[in-house]
Amino acid sequence: MSDRLRVFKTYKLYVGGKFPRSESGRVYEVTDAKGKWLANAPLSSRKDARDAVVAARKAFGGWSGATAYNRGQILYRIAEMLEGRREQFVSEVADAEGLSKSKAAAQVDAAIDRWVWYAGWSDKIAQVAGGANPVAGPYFNLSTPEPTGVVAVLAPQESSFLGLVSVIAPAIVTGNTVVVVASERAPLPALSLGEVLATSDLPGGVVNVLSGRTAEIAGPLAAHQDVNAIDLAGVSGDAEEATALETAAADNLKRTLRPQAVDWSADPGTGRMLAFLETKTVWHPMGV
Amino acid sequence: MADVTADDRALRRFLHGLPGVDAVGLQARAAALGTRSIKNTAKAYAIDLAISMIDLTTLEGADTPGKVRALCAKGVNPDPTDRTVPKVAAICVYPDMVATAKEALGASGVHVASVATAFPAGRAALPVKLADTRDAVAAGADEIDMVIDRGAFLSGRYLEVFEEIKAVKEACVREDGSAAHLKVIFETGELQTYDNVRRVSWLAMLAGADFIKTSTGKVGVNATPPVTLLMLEAVRDFHAQLGVQVGVKPAGGIRTSKDAIKYLVMVNETLGEEWLTADWFRFGASSLLNDLLMQRQKLSSGRYSGPDYVTVD
Repeated sequence: MSDRLRVFKTYKLYVGGKFPRSESGRVYEVTDAKGKWLANAPLSSRKDARDAVVAARKAFGGWSGATAYNRGQILYRIAEMLEGRREQFVSEVADAEGLSKSKAAAQVDAAIDRWVWYAGWSDKIAQVAGGANPVAGPYFNLSTPEPTGVVAVLAPQESSFLGLVSVIAPAIVTGNTVVVVASERAPLPALSLGEVLATSDLPGGVVNVLSGRTAEIAGPLAAHQDVNAIDLAGVSGDAEEATALETAAADNLKRTLRPQAVDWSADPGTGRMLAFLETKTVWHPMGV
Repeated sequence: MADVTADDRALRRFLHGLPGVDAVGLQARAAALGTRSIKNTAKAYAIDLAISMIDLTTLEGADTPGKVRALCAKGVNPDPTDRTVPKVAAICVYPDMVATAKEALGASGVHVASVATAFPAGRAALPVKLADTRDAVAAGADEIDMVIDRGAFLSGRYLEVFEEIKAVKEACVREDGSAAHLKVIFETGELQTYDNVRRVSWLAMLAGADFIKTSTGKVGVNATPPVTLLMLEAVRDFHAQLGVQVGVKPAGGIRTSKDAIKYLVMVNETLGEEWLTADWFRFGASSLLNDLLMQRQKLSSGRYSGPDYVTVD
């Protein structure tokens, strides 16, 4: 009996609930930590970024309008789906980051737990970020947090899966929709995550995953007039690049989260959720 | 050609004698023409041309004078932040809104088009349809978009359809002797076959249509590239045989700049530059204009625009 021919996986983008190839038709080689070829990943162009923003904008109304309870359920469902594909993610993370199986497993477990943790926040963040304000007059004065809109996320370069989950989950749990640019060197866990999201009741377009050169896609996303916020977590070290992106983002007053050193395995806190919320305050006369 | 419209039998013999349509070839040709890459200056030119060809349309039961006036303002000045954007070709409304639109447009040069003849179904008696048309013309419509009686056409009563178009054409004549332009809507989504589209195109052109138009935008299937290409070819053949130039208007379902540019490529390749003006080619659309404006902003500023920067209709 002859050896079975190996079936390679074609990694594709995840945009608007579908799995397109890059509009440009380009791919690039993804290698493991030692330089061994793993797969070809799509090399997204600015037009893919544009399409992803359109998809994210289209999904925003439905997702931000869903009840917090429903969003929490869906995030929890993502964790359930990930649990079933744990082995695949462990091996992809091990390859991508050059970790031992046990260390990679710890990363994947932490990422799954993080989904659950953020899922729980969906109907609690409003109490932390909003509430009744005492005012000097016969009014109820209530502040409620609302999602910012379409958030462009440059995922962390070094932590291909735990870091990725740690930037996507806090943005979507509050009702934002996301265009995420995966880690340039290790995009495979992110592209596989797209397959999990597609089977987790998450409406298409809420999360859109692009792979490619971060520097190439970041500029058009930062300058895009229909993006409401940008998370620069994936701009590693280069202060000038971050400044250029912040300048472009300032044009339509995007909320911008600057790159900072983060220990992804530590307790994330509420910071990343609060970064992409707008506070709406309502004055209402008290009854007689 | 007068003899082919002399009676029902002659007309039928002529229409059924038209060569059959090679459906696969037609679709392949339309798809091939859709792959042209139009970039940079050519794209900028195409976008401006497409804007100037739009019949900006609102045909809703919920239309109000205020909405029509807002649409007219947009048609005259599509992007208030950029005065170099051309005007649209016409505003297309229901007959009762013609006077409102006419007043709002004033001397801007933008035409008023009105649908008529019991749009969109076309299910009414001929005198009602003619009264509908005369009303719109009297209210000041520059162009009349009539629908054909699909029931009559599909059951083979070609001469009836022919006479109806002729009657409406006569109803388009104003008191001073000038006439409103007549566009004939086929509703190709209801005509079943490509052969029927070719037949009805010839039928309408023989009856004196100034424009032939694909659809009302009110049924599931609207303008498609193959159907439009087929109509363009009919116009080309008609022009070659009789020397009469007829315009084409695809309507419904054209929402993106990319689609619009594909249609312009088809026009240029099939009919040539002579037809690449608002006098001979139109887009029946409403949301297309916003997409063209966003593309235009992208070309001038270098960054992607968003729906927040165009008006909501």
